[in-house]
Amino acid sequence: MSTPLTTLPNPIRPAFEQGSTPGSVIVNIGPSHPATHGTIQIVAELSGERVIRTDVHCGYLHRGFEKECESHTWHNLIPYVDRLNYCSALINDFAYCEAVEKLMGIELTPRAKYLRTLLAEYSRIADHLTCIAAALMELGAMTAFLYLVTIRDYIYEHLADLTGARVTYSYGRIGGLARDLPEGWLQRLGEILDQMDTFTGRVHGLVDRNRIFIDRMRNVGVISTADAINWGFTGPVLRSTGAPRDLRKDTPYLAYAELDFEVPVGIKGDNYDRYYVRMREIDESAHMIRQLMEMLPAGPVCVDDRRCTFPDKQLVYTEIESLINHFKLVMEGPQVPPGEVYSAHEGANGELGFYIVSVGGGVPWKVHCRSPSFVHMGGVHKMLDGYQLADIVPTFGSVNMIGGECDR
Amino acid sequence: MSGLPFEQVLEQLGPVAQEAAVAHGVLGFLIEPARLLEVVHTLKDPFAFDMFVDVTAVDWPEREPRFDVVWHFYSTRHFARVRIKTRVPLADPTVDTLVPFYGSARFMERECHEMYGIRFRGNDDLRPILLYEGFEGHPLRRDYPKQKEQPLVPYRDVKP
Repeated sequence: MSTPLTTLPNPIRPAFEQGSTPGSVIVNIGPSHPATHGTIQIVAELSGERVIRTDVHCGYLHRGFEKECESHTWHNLIPYVDRLNYCSALINDFAYCEAVEKLMGIELTPRAKYLRTLLAEYSRIADHLTCIAAALMELGAMTAFLYLVTIRDYIYEHLADLTGARVTYSYGRIGGLARDLPEGWLQRLGEILDQMDTFTGRVHGLVDRNRIFIDRMRNVGVISTADAINWGFTGPVLRSTGAPRDLRKDTPYLAYAELDFEVPVGIKGDNYDRYYVRMREIDESAHMIRQLMEMLPAGPVCVDDRRCTFPDKQLVYTEIESLINHFKLVMEGPQVPPGEVYSAHEGANGELGFYIVSVGGGVPWKVHCRSPSFVHMGGVHKMLDGYQLADIVPTFGSVNMIGGECDR
Repeated sequence: MSGLPFEQVLEQLGPVAQEAAVAHGVLGFLIEPARLLEVVHTLKDPFAFDMFVDVTAVDWPEREPRFDVVWHFYSTRHFARVRIKTRVPLADPTVDTLVPFYGSARFMERECHEMYGIRFRGNDDLRPILLYEGFEGHPLRRDYPKQKEQPLVPYRDVKP
């Protein structure tokens, strides 16, 4: 006998249970709903088809990331941070590694610095492709979805050649990268970027001036720059309001200061602007990757620092010092000096920050992730209230909430 | 990165800001809990720290007062970051809410409240956000056992 559903406790307490106006109804959307684009629950008060107010609940994908971090070595956390934003896992890797490197006072090798920048932009393309493809599919644009996801799959396969995994790569290392590029990788990268230009061009042709698309996207989910900043929005959502705020430009990290790129902005912060800003950012990322392919210097991909970099396998098997070094790094972890640091990268969805506290030794005292998706969920009601029930789907899609990052 | 208003901020705040230091590009200082609103007011206007980036806590079980509450702010005009820290005891882990200044504080204070038990005076919506209604304890405190289970839906008895 299964338990009757009515006896199960409600995991949430909605902010309102009574309608505010006569004739309004309260409906529950999610957390498992074909149109919610992630495990999110929205309690909405409707007057007819119009949304009067919403109460957004997240946490259905919470898995105690920060608690788990406190009982593993600094290195062992890299696979965990991969699973925050699983559409662009490499950006998480690099943001986390950089925070630890700042505490340890490590400067990357030139090749690692440029490679990280290149791979971060490559990941950003994959993330934006996913977001736009899913958002378009939810509006019924299946062809555009297939075009974009085709390219995304090329990217995943291509990254699997490099890292051994399609989605969660565990490729960053404190002090560098797991391994260097395989033979012919850059050549294939150029081919994929060229194909991507063709396919994104077709998507532009299919939807940019499409009446149905414009009617669903233009003037829907509008947010002003002042509201966006007040509610902590960053990334493409903030830029869609017309504010050219991008950490890659404003507080450059990795190799961004040496690259030529623009920060695309929108006009009024509606769904159409968010779509267009992401499409333009894909172009800018491709432009950056092409520059980086030319600039990529030769040399090692890891710093020569025995505190964090594993010794060469050949040496581990032949000399006692390297064997002990390897052993200490695995058993005790990299020795990070006491201190605290907040390090922020421009993730695909906005500011991805890591606040880490070390008391010395191989295990963190605290790792806190400032995830853009979680902050966006705190203000997303500003974009949902006042529009139609059906508008929740494209608006939510254009914010690109990633459950792994939002709920941690 | 020139023209960061760090010196002016410290000059304006005077002795309110203790242990001030710039590390890794972030100005960090310690304040008394009672001075929070006044300090944040100064940061937001005139210094244009208009973005509330983050609030979290750090648990030091051996220390009294036990918790650090840590805020991060960012200025979209100066591209500068400030970290404010304050210390609150286990007996009364209360600080003022920043919701009147920054809308984004709402969700992040809810998370800090459920994870560490920090109370934000004036925030009328401290419902659980990542956890569920009725969850007991504060899981990010160091004395909360990692393996502890609190299933909302009871485990089913499976007969062999």
